Amino acid sequence: MNKISDNRAWWLVLPVFLLVAFSALIPLMTVVNYSVQDIFGPGQAYYVGTEWFKEVLTDQRLRDSLIRQFAFSGAVLAIQIPLGIGVALMMPKSGVKGSLCLILVAIPLLIPWNVVGTIWQIFARGDIGLFGWAINQMGMDYNYTGDTLDAWLTVLLMDVWHWTPLVALLCYSGLRAIPEAFYQAAEIDRASKWAVFRYIQLPRLKSVLIIAVLLRFMDSFMIYIEPFVLTGGGPGSSTTFLSQTLTTMAIGQFDLGRAAAFSLIYFLIVLLISWLFFTAITHADKEK
Amino acid sequence: MAEIQLKAMAHSYIENPTGPDDYAIRQLDHVWHKGGAYALLGPSGCGKSTMLNIISGLVQPSEGDVLFDGKRVNELSPRDRNIAQVFQFPVIYDSMTVYENLAFPLKNNKVPAAKIKTRVHEIAEVLEIEDKLHKKAKNLTADEKQKVSMGRGLVREDVSAILFDEPLTVIDPQLKWKLRRKLKQIHEQFDITMVYVTHDQLEASTFADRIAVMYDGQVVQFGTPTELFEAPNHTFVGYFIGSPGMNIIEVERCAGGVRFDSTDLPLDAWQADILGRMKSNNIKVGIRPEFIEISHVATDDTYEAEVRDVEDLGTYKIVTVKLGEQVMKVRQSEEFDASIGSHIHLSFPKQWLMLYVDEFLVQGQQS
Repeated sequence: MNKISDNRAWWLVLPVFLLVAFSALIPLMTVVNYSVQDIFGPGQAYYVGTEWFKEVLTDQRLRDSLIRQFAFSGAVLAIQIPLGIGVALMMPKSGVKGSLCLILVAIPLLIPWNVVGTIWQIFARGDIGLFGWAINQMGMDYNYTGDTLDAWLTVLLMDVWHWTPLVALLCYSGLRAIPEAFYQAAEIDRASKWAVFRYIQLPRLKSVLIIAVLLRFMDSFMIYIEPFVLTGGGPGSSTTFLSQTLTTMAIGQFDLGRAAAFSLIYFLIVLLISWLFFTAITHADKEK
Repeated sequence: MAEIQLKAMAHSYIENPTGPDDYAIRQLDHVWHKGGAYALLGPSGCGKSTMLNIISGLVQPSEGDVLFDGKRVNELSPRDRNIAQVFQFPVIYDSMTVYENLAFPLKNNKVPAAKIKTRVHEIAEVLEIEDKLHKKAKNLTADEKQKVSMGRGLVREDVSAILFDEPLTVIDPQLKWKLRRKLKQIHEQFDITMVYVTHDQLEASTFADRIAVMYDGQVVQFGTPTELFEAPNHTFVGYFIGSPGMNIIEVERCAGGVRFDSTDLPLDAWQADILGRMKSNNIKVGIRPEFIEISHVATDDTYEAEVRDVEDLGTYKIVTVKLGEQVMKVRQSEEFDASIGSHIHLSFPKQWLMLYVDEFLVQGQQS
């Protein structure tokens, strides 16, 4: 076949180019623009090169908040993924019970973020909140506004409550997609429950789990509203995660250059980790 | 290994079946003997897969008993019945290699590792997939996957029976023949009870010693391939076995025999005798295309018919003839020659003329 060479065809790419430009490139370039300048006011901007980046990378406050962020995201994944799979496995396969379970499980997903924060802020209070009160009644000293560990556990519990259903729903749909024949074959082959899970269900959940892990990682890494409403980042700065640090910097202190440089680094971290994770998984797939 | 007996067994997928039409399998008694190679033959939807799943325990019959060596196993799951089953479409564990797939049933049975190794290699050799043992199972072709699937059914030595549910559907024709022979060999070698479900009569007769033909939820005949061919017990068996199937003609009673249109067919005395004692008016006669004789000259016991079509199938010819209003097929050798529209003379040898009342064969005492 003869290919016709005509460079005017490039015009056909223009709509996509414009779309991507307006949706991603231009906003991103604004941030890049801020990150290399020091702006005092309209018309008073000075080019500072990579100074902001150097400063951001050595900032102790940011480092602490980055470590907290990794700890939080790690804990979220370690709890929510197994728990979500477990919930999905326990849900009824079909019928009215199945539909009912589906709705019940999905409810937390429908609640707006700051409402979730408010719910838990009240729910976990020692004086008027059912949860906090009950824990205290059991003889445990629990106070999420004063104790670092309690604050962490409460934030984690809130996130688990809010987002495990997403993992569970994804896994549930993955489980429903496994043909009955596999279970029949496993029954014939006298496979134990564990073997069925390990060799049939888990491998077939892989693609939904990739999505679940990526979504949960990105979401938890960018968490802002819920801990902000629940603990306000405290006690001290013990539950101040990256987004909150960034917001304080950009809006509270109006430190636009530093905040922009930091935003870019933040963005690159999310991108890098997601990419690493995705290639690692798809690469493992190609072996043999 | 076990003798499998179905006792007054019936199955319906409907909760409260009211008539025979509600049953996937109508009440039947059947015995699969120890070490036999059987085929379960029938068209789609006749209940043969249901029957197989009832034997394996994937489905529980709604009535009657399933007995293994005389012991009732209705409530036992497939794992407790210790049965192997190969499905129509390949089921492989795709995260495992071929070796791990084949070893899986053995591992679940806690077979020692050394034994697993020899057994897996043995089966892989039989199925000719030895070179693929360490490949990931999901990268195989459909053929190879089905072989792995079959291998998993064959790998256990101690099973009560191995059941095959149309296992060669996805396999291409050349390999099909080879695998069928392989199964037969495995059967002879290990002497395991095997039940093979298929809708292909050739597949059934090359694999099995005895074939159960199912139709509309009933086993209408259980016999050797020769018995099915020579004395079909039911008009359906006549129609389904053979290619083309039996010529089946609706007839009515007349003196000394039966008639259709203006043709009188005399019957043997014993046939006429039995017919005389039966009340039903659903009477048919059947004769295989292979057994009708054609001659170009008329005699006393021939019937004149018109040639409608001659199909040359390479090694034989199928002649379509019209006798009265009745169209029949006749199988003739390659030498047969007649132009379409010409008239020839048919004769029906009495020993091959079968009489059916209410679709079932009328059998003599001594035959």
